[in-house]
Amino acid sequence: MKAKGWKELTTQGALIAEPGNSDTYETGSWRSRRPKFIPEKCSHCFICWVFCPEGSIRVEDEKMVGIDLRYCKGCGICATECPRDAIEMGEEFVAEKGA
Amino acid sequence: METRVKGKLLAFRGDEAVAEAMRQINPDVVAAYPITPQTETVQAFSQFVANGEVDTEFIAVESEHAAMSACIGAAAAGGRAQTATSGPGLALMWEMLWVASGMRLPIVMPVVNRTLSAPINILCDHSDSMGARDAGWLQLYAESMQEAYDNTIQAVRIAEHPRVMLPIMSCLDGFILGHSFEPIEILPDEAVREFVGTYKPGYSLLDVDHPVTYGPIDFHGHFFEHKRQQVDGMESAPEVVLQVGREFGELTGRYYGLTEGYELEDADFVIVALGSVTGTIKTVVDDLRQQGQRVGLLRIRCFRPFPAQEIAQALGNKKAVAVLDRSLSFGAQAHQVYLEVVTALYTHGYAPKVVNYVYGIGGRDTLPHEVEQVYRELAEVDKTGVIQPVVRYLTVRE
Amino acid sequence: MSEKRQRLVEIRWHGRGGQGSVIASELLAEAAMDEGEYFQAFPDYGPERMGAPVRAYTRISTSPIRQHHQIIDPDAVAVLDMTLLGVVDVTEGLKDDGALIVNTSKSPAEIRQILKLDKARVYTVDASRIAMDTLGRNIPNTPMIGAIIKATGVVSREGVVRTIQERLGARLSKGMVEANVRAVERALAETQQG
Repeated sequence: MKAKGWKELTTQGALIAEPGNSDTYETGSWRSRRPKFIPEKCSHCFICWVFCPEGSIRVEDEKMVGIDLRYCKGCGICATECPRDAIEMGEEFVAEKGA
Repeated sequence: METRVKGKLLAFRGDEAVAEAMRQINPDVVAAYPITPQTETVQAFSQFVANGEVDTEFIAVESEHAAMSACIGAAAAGGRAQTATSGPGLALMWEMLWVASGMRLPIVMPVVNRTLSAPINILCDHSDSMGARDAGWLQLYAESMQEAYDNTIQAVRIAEHPRVMLPIMSCLDGFILGHSFEPIEILPDEAVREFVGTYKPGYSLLDVDHPVTYGPIDFHGHFFEHKRQQVDGMESAPEVVLQVGREFGELTGRYYGLTEGYELEDADFVIVALGSVTGTIKTVVDDLRQQGQRVGLLRIRCFRPFPAQEIAQALGNKKAVAVLDRSLSFGAQAHQVYLEVVTALYTHGYAPKVVNYVYGIGGRDTLPHEVEQVYRELAEVDKTGVIQPVVRYLTVRE
Repeated sequence: MSEKRQRLVEIRWHGRGGQGSVIASELLAEAAMDEGEYFQAFPDYGPERMGAPVRAYTRISTSPIRQHHQIIDPDAVAVLDMTLLGVVDVTEGLKDDGALIVNTSKSPAEIRQILKLDKARVYTVDASRIAMDTLGRNIPNTPMIGAIIKATGVVSREGVVRTIQERLGARLSKGMVEANVRAVERALAETQQG
């Protein structure tokens, strides 16, 4: 996509008028370490959900069910904070990205 | 065409006249911190708030940095936000001045000009607002208390114009105008409210049905484009300043432009200045004209944006010009207003003899005979063809 | 000098912080409004402390006042505190036919002697005693206004009374406002020239 020139800008002062554009920006592409979720150890305390800076913790029926790798940037905060060691950080391989 | 309204002549102190204009504008939010010599503006306005004479949310902040931050938040939320400050207060706002202009928020701020320490000094010069001249704010400088009142009202319309959308400083000389007590014509409240109208912001941070992001991260991809767009807002402003000045004139009989010429057209020797000193210069021009001397004044009312073409054409064919600066640009070849004027002349193909006078630093008074001295020296420059020293310091003791 | 400038009256006030010089400079100025004249009053701020010498200025004119500089050749000088005579050059720039008005129990002749002054007109009034008698406090500013209108006629007595009633009436009790008016009247009656 060609970047806009200043005369083509539709708002002033860099204001973003279309909400939710972070949805299209997949920070999962930044990841060099990949989290692995171990469901047997999880008590569903949601500490990982609180700490995740990208909102990548997937929740269904009030249960932690995994990690959204489209947005997980591999920071490892969830693994560090998990009191049950239910998330482990492992190697990310280029071939597996976006899985 | 508007019908002319008759204001009421009332005795006011300058700072309080500015507060009176703010009362009539009735902004949504005023966030301010008192500082000499602006204190009376904030004091008077906070009394209006306490007495229920305005609908304004008044935020008594802990510093000027916070004052400007609160105004930015209020303006981003779609409110009409104002504050007022002086000298060191403006300096403490520094970081947020750029945020306000970069986010294109039409905040109105009377600046009661005061110098910057050290040594400690509370009196007038233009070090504060001249230091902030590159911060993306429009700047108007008042000659009189009446104009300080009038400018504060016009500032609202100028800043909020859709093509401008930039914050604006309405500058008045601290103590000299701020603490002077004079009769000024106060407009009826309704006339002011009708003139400034209702602010209809394009966006609001509080509009949850149409959520927006103000002030996002913006690096090499678009930052430059956004700044270029901001320049365009500034470049659109002269036309708006003129339009608003004309409408204000139709309403009140007091017309305002970007600059004002006084006995300028046939003058050989011209002083260029801004602020309250131009009133004194006018009395000197009258006296010297009676003696047959062809002297004149070019007063700059709008310093940002700088009306370069208008000034170049007015001065281009003069025999000698003196540009007065009430602030110092340490290490520069000359001082702020001078450099602007000379650049305007050069880029428009004119080369009259132009010298720079620094005056009034730290509240030093400027007397009529000292203004006469400037005109005498201009005649000397013309006679000898020598402009050195280019920068001269009026009234300083050697 | 143009005709309009001839009708400009310039007054300098010398007092000490707390004596009301600045208020007096404004009250006198505003009294000119009754005659449809233009006015300007402004202080010369230094360290704003109780007791420090302060100066204030009043301009009254038949035409709009555009200049904003200090008054250097006053038509009248008002001295609110006699102890300033030895501290400040109160007659500096005073016009040869100008008026010097001093708050003192001394006579004009004695003031002339103290200042070695042989020009100008000298007026004295015991404004502090008048203030004590009428206001119960040594705030000599309003009686000094009475002395100035006696010495210069720059504004009318009615204009001064109206201004005191309006301006001070907003802040002071009715009794105090009337006491200030009485102070002006007494000063008008008691001011001596010499």
